[in-house]
Amino acid sequence: MAVQKTSPFDPASVRKDFPILHRKVHGKPLIYFDNGATTQKPRVVIETMKRIYEKENSSIHRGVHHLSNRMTEAYEEARNTVRKFIGAANSHEIVFTSGTTGSINAVATSFGEKYVGPGDEVLVTVMEHHANLVPWQMLCEKKGAHLRAIPMNDRGELMLDHLDSLFTERTRILSLTHVSNALGTINPVKDIVARAHERNIPVMIDGAQAVQHLTVDVTDLDCDFYVFSGHKIYGPTGIGILYGKEKWLEDLPPYQYGGDMVDQVSMEKTTFNELPLKFEAGTTNYIGAIGLGKALEYLQGFGLEAIAAHENHLVDYATNYLGQVPGVRIYGKARERIAIFSFRMENIHPYDVGMILDKLGIAVRTGTHCAQPVMQHFGIDGTLRASLAMYNTTDEIKRFVSGLRTAISMLT
Amino acid sequence: METKPIRQIQEEIVEEFSVFDNWMDKYNYLIELSRDLPEIDAKHKTDEHLIKGCQSKVWLKAEWEDGKIRFTADSDAIITKGLIALLIRVFSNRTPEEIKEADLEFIDRIGLRENLSPTRSNGLLSMLKQMKLYAVAFDVAKNKK
Repeated sequence: MAVQKTSPFDPASVRKDFPILHRKVHGKPLIYFDNGATTQKPRVVIETMKRIYEKENSSIHRGVHHLSNRMTEAYEEARNTVRKFIGAANSHEIVFTSGTTGSINAVATSFGEKYVGPGDEVLVTVMEHHANLVPWQMLCEKKGAHLRAIPMNDRGELMLDHLDSLFTERTRILSLTHVSNALGTINPVKDIVARAHERNIPVMIDGAQAVQHLTVDVTDLDCDFYVFSGHKIYGPTGIGILYGKEKWLEDLPPYQYGGDMVDQVSMEKTTFNELPLKFEAGTTNYIGAIGLGKALEYLQGFGLEAIAAHENHLVDYATNYLGQVPGVRIYGKARERIAIFSFRMENIHPYDVGMILDKLGIAVRTGTHCAQPVMQHFGIDGTLRASLAMYNTTDEIKRFVSGLRTAISMLT
Repeated sequence: METKPIRQIQEEIVEEFSVFDNWMDKYNYLIELSRDLPEIDAKHKTDEHLIKGCQSKVWLKAEWEDGKIRFTADSDAIITKGLIALLIRVFSNRTPEEIKEADLEFIDRIGLRENLSPTRSNGLLSMLKQMKLYAVAFDVAKNKK
C-alpha cells in the first residue's frame, strides 16, 4: 500500500481537526471512549459533505450535465481512494454499500444463494458481532445448512488448533472478524486465510474494527471478501465497503435489483451492468462515499503506522492504569490487541458505572456490544466497554480512571 | 392507615430532592434508597416477572390485596433500583383507578427525566408501563367479579 506521510502524528493537533471533541457534556469536557460504536468526524469530512450539498450535488452516472459528470468523477475518485487504502488490485472490486452489516448481508445472500445448500457448513467464530453471525444463521436455517464456530480461549484468542477439524468437505465459506468489537483481539487473519485456501474455502473478513487501527492490505491477506463501515473510520454514516475479488464479484448474482445496475432491460429479460455497478442498485449514498474518501485521505496523511503506534501506546497506558483499580476485571487479554477495553467491577453493575461516567462527561458503552455469544463464553450479562481512537490521549485515560474510582466509591 | 394521595407523595419526593444541588448528591440519595428497598425473593426473580429489553434487569411483581395493588420490584443495577424505590413509593398500595389516573410528574421535577426516556434501556419506562397495565388488568378482573 502506498502511504504518503505528509504530517507527523501529534494527538493534540489531531484533536483540533475534530470539532465535537471541544464540546462539553453535563458541563464537563467530553471524553469520547465509544469509538467502537462510531468515531467522530474530522472537519475536512464535514466540510466536504456540506460543500457538496450546497454547491455540487447531482445524481451520479446519469448525467448529460456538468454537475452530474463532476459528481460521478468524485464518486469514482472515492472508489479509487478506497482501493488504494486497502491495497486492492482493481477499483471495480470495491462496492459501495450501506455499511458493514449491508456488506455482510450482500455476501450471505449472493454467495449463499449460489453456493450453500442442504447439509453444507458455514464457519464463523464465537467472537463475531451479531452482524456477522445472524445473516449466516438465517442463511443456514433457510438452506438446511449448519453453522459452525471457531472457539476462543479465556484470553479472548481464537483456538486455531481446532481449525483443521472445523474445515470439512462441506465447509463452503469462512466469515470472521479481523478485530473483536467486544474484546479488542486482533485475529491472525492472514494465516487463517492461507489455511482455509489450502482447503479451497473462501474467506470473508469483517474489518469494521480493524481498518481504522491497522494497515490492511487485502492483496497481501489474499482474502476473498473484506468489509467495513465508513462511520467507524472517521467517515459518514450510511456508507460501507464490500471488497470482493474480481472472480467472485463476476461469478455471484446481484443481491438487489433496480436502476443503475442493469445493462439492457425489456419486459422479457434484463442483463446486468459491469462491475461494480452490478452490485450498486438504485441511487447510492454517493455523498457518503465521497465523505469516506476524504476520511481515508485524512488518515493517509498521517499513515496508519503512526496512528497504530499512538494507539498501542494508549493500550499499554490504559492496561497499566486500569489494572491498578481494585476489583476491575478485564475481559479479553489477547497478546495482539487494539485499544478496546471490556471490563467489569466486582459486585457493581456496568450500567450504574456508565451512568455515573456519563455525568462526568465520559462516553462509554455498557451491555453486550452486539456480541452475546462472547458474553455467554465468560458467563456474564455484559461489560463496560471503553474503545479508544486516534484522537484519545493518556490524559483522558487518567481522567477516565479517576471517574471510575469515583463511580466505585459511590456504588460500594 | 389513610394513604396519602399520589399527588402529595410526589410533592414530598420533590421536596426531599430540593436539597440537592448537584447530580452526585442525587445519585447518592438514589443509591441510599436502593439499599432500603426490600429485595424480591430470589424465587420470584423469574422470567415471568422480568421486564425485557433492558440493560439492567428489572423484576416487577404485582399482588391484589383488599382492593389495592401491591408492587414489589428489584433490579441488578442500584441506581435503577433507587428510581424503582421511588416508583414503588408512588404507586404501591393503590387502587387501580388511582394508578390509571396518576400523572407521573416528580421525575421531571427532580431533574431525572433522562432516566425515563425511551432511549435509556434501563427498564424504568417499561416498568412504568407495566404498572399501568397491571392496574388496567386488575380493574377488569375486579369488575368481572
